[in-house]
Amino acid sequence: MGILEVKGVNKRFGGLKALDEVNLNVEAGAVHAIIGPNGAGKSTFLNCLVGRLEPDTGTVDFDGSSLLNLEPHEINQLGVSRVFQTPEIFGDLDLLENVMIPTLARRDGPIKLDAWSRVDHLVEVRERAEEQLQDVGLFEKRDMTASSLSRGDKRRLELAMCLVQDPKLLLLDEPTAGMSRADTNNTIDLLKKIGERGITKIVIEHDMHVVFSLANKISVMAQGTVIAEGKPEDIKGDPRVQEAYLGGAHL
Amino acid sequence: MLGLNSKDKTLFLIVLALTMFAPFLLNPFPEGSELAQFNAGYPDLMQRFVIFGIFAIGFNILFGLTGYLSFGHAAFLGVGSYAGVWMLKLLTMNVVPAIIVSVIFAGLFSAVVGYISLRRSGIYFSILTLAFAQMSFALAYSVLTPITNGETGLQLALNDPRILDFDAADGSLPATNFFGIEMRDGFELALGPWLFTFNFGYYLCAVVMLIAFYISIRIFRSPFGLMLRALKTNQQRMRFTGKNPKPHTLAAFIISGMYAGLAGGLMVAMDPLAGAERMQWTASGEVVLMTILGGAGTLIGPVLGAGVIKYFENIFSKINDNVLYNWFSFLPDGMQDAFVFMIHPFIGKGWHLTLGIMFMLVVIFLPGGVVEGGQRLKRLFRRRGGSDSAGGASSAKVHPAE
Ligand SMILES: Nc1ncnc2c1ncn2[C@@H]1O[C@H](COP(=O)(O)OP(=O)(O)OP(=O)(O)O)[C@@H](O)[C@H]1O
Ligand SMILES: [Mg+2]
Repeated sequence: MGILEVKGVNKRFGGLKALDEVNLNVEAGAVHAIIGPNGAGKSTFLNCLVGRLEPDTGTVDFDGSSLLNLEPHEINQLGVSRVFQTPEIFGDLDLLENVMIPTLARRDGPIKLDAWSRVDHLVEVRERAEEQLQDVGLFEKRDMTASSLSRGDKRRLELAMCLVQDPKLLLLDEPTAGMSRADTNNTIDLLKKIGERGITKIVIEHDMHVVFSLANKISVMAQGTVIAEGKPEDIKGDPRVQEAYLGGAHL
Repeated sequence: MLGLNSKDKTLFLIVLALTMFAPFLLNPFPEGSELAQFNAGYPDLMQRFVIFGIFAIGFNILFGLTGYLSFGHAAFLGVGSYAGVWMLKLLTMNVVPAIIVSVIFAGLFSAVVGYISLRRSGIYFSILTLAFAQMSFALAYSVLTPITNGETGLQLALNDPRILDFDAADGSLPATNFFGIEMRDGFELALGPWLFTFNFGYYLCAVVMLIAFYISIRIFRSPFGLMLRALKTNQQRMRFTGKNPKPHTLAAFIISGMYAGLAGGLMVAMDPLAGAERMQWTASGEVVLMTILGGAGTLIGPVLGAGVIKYFENIFSKINDNVLYNWFSFLPDGMQDAFVFMIHPFIGKGWHLTLGIMFMLVVIFLPGGVVEGGQRLKRLFRRRGGSDSAGGASSAKVHPAE
């Protein structure tokens, strides 16, 4: 029994079949990588998980309950957090506020309207957020406006915003894109460290170095379908994968 | 004290001092002097300053924090006014029930309008609120005449029931009061050539505004306020973070509607008359101007904006050509005419032009409004003073602090 079970998901955009009978089973605690060429439907697949898109057909079950027809905030409250391909952060707010908001969301639920307590008195929430910023190496920049960060830092901030929620399932859409080699390695270390917390992760990545240092299972997507699935060793040698993904080059 | 941080406390105390001493501060020129016409310390205008201050503070909770630009907030002020006058007619001339009922009715109406309008965002939201307000305006003139008394406006009458009042029945309309203190009463203080008027009505409005201002500070600093600012920058992220933006925006909309109703209630508490023109789109536009002029998203900005606009409306509009000729009487005839001719379009009925130009200048050069202007000046002085440490380095972004 996986923590996430996706069966027969289809999604069309007009004439384009972006997802074609996608099945995916993610084991609890696993780091499941999804790789595939540009336009394979990887991001679309994640969109169907978090409620940004509704699949045309198929089922999505998380932790025993269906995610279909749920609002994004409801899915998040079930324990699914997502890092987007283009960072989605609160650009006008400072870094500390950016991380405090998801902390509050986890603590208070989706609609608690607390207009009387003071944000600067929420010591626990702030400390939790500061700790998380420390973990991703952004603590020194906590008073900066988020929109002024570099692309790599924005990603790290978004990662902090997701991690602070202690999700059961973390979805990472190219978490190291736009990062330098050194930053990429830092992020890998960070993701390995949180791996110890037992958070299940789905990672979309083009960087094979990242994929092979993190994943214990890999699905390969091309043209909207999963064409291969298995342990990293198996995938490395699979000729279909090399054909679809790398045009025949060796991994 | 009060549950405010030290910066906010200072700001609050400044506003407290300004409102309490307003009768002095707004009458700096001696009676009968050439400049006395710039005095704004008369009850009617001072009341308007704080009442529109409340209106703008409330509007800013919606527009400043969430970025949703409503073009129909005057409707809530109008509903508050009508509800208030009805209380004065039916219940008592004590203004307390009138004000409370104004707030409640405006709150209910804004819940309906907000629920529908907030299904859209951006320009469509603005258009929906505008449509609602114009609809209310039109209805007040037509179908709802039994409630609004149409073009004449809703006013008191001698034969109103006023079930809680024991009328002296001397054949004149009773005055609005606060547990016996009549709103139009007050006292005057003459200090040499200076004359200061202390009006009870003004002080009631001022105290209510201080409470309204205090609540707005608390909202700004609360988790709710933080969520409003969050959804202003990125509603997507907010959703995927587990927060539902809808109840937040609706709550902000209702709160700002209630502020508008409070302003409407105070208006009729000072002058028990309600007309539909209060709901017209120009009135809705005015509060937008006030908020932007003062600095949207800042605490004190809307109050300043309301003050500036009301000052212009009431003082600049009174200056006419005769006054100008007087001012320039020291010049030779030809130049006097020329000067008067040049300034003429900007004064009297032309005050809108002056205001318009000022508004454009502010939006272009000071997008953060008067507050940003103040902050820039402060930085400039700090730099001059040599202690450049904080001022120069901090970004030009307008802090919601001031
Ligand atoms: N909202 C949308 N409307 C229409 N077409 C879309 C939409 N989202 C994605 N597509 C199309 O669906 C296909 C799959 O896109 P998707 O973003 O899922 O690819 P991807 O695997 O994430 O690619 P990349 O590696 O470049 O991020 C693409 O052809 C894309 O143009
Ligand atoms: Mg993608």
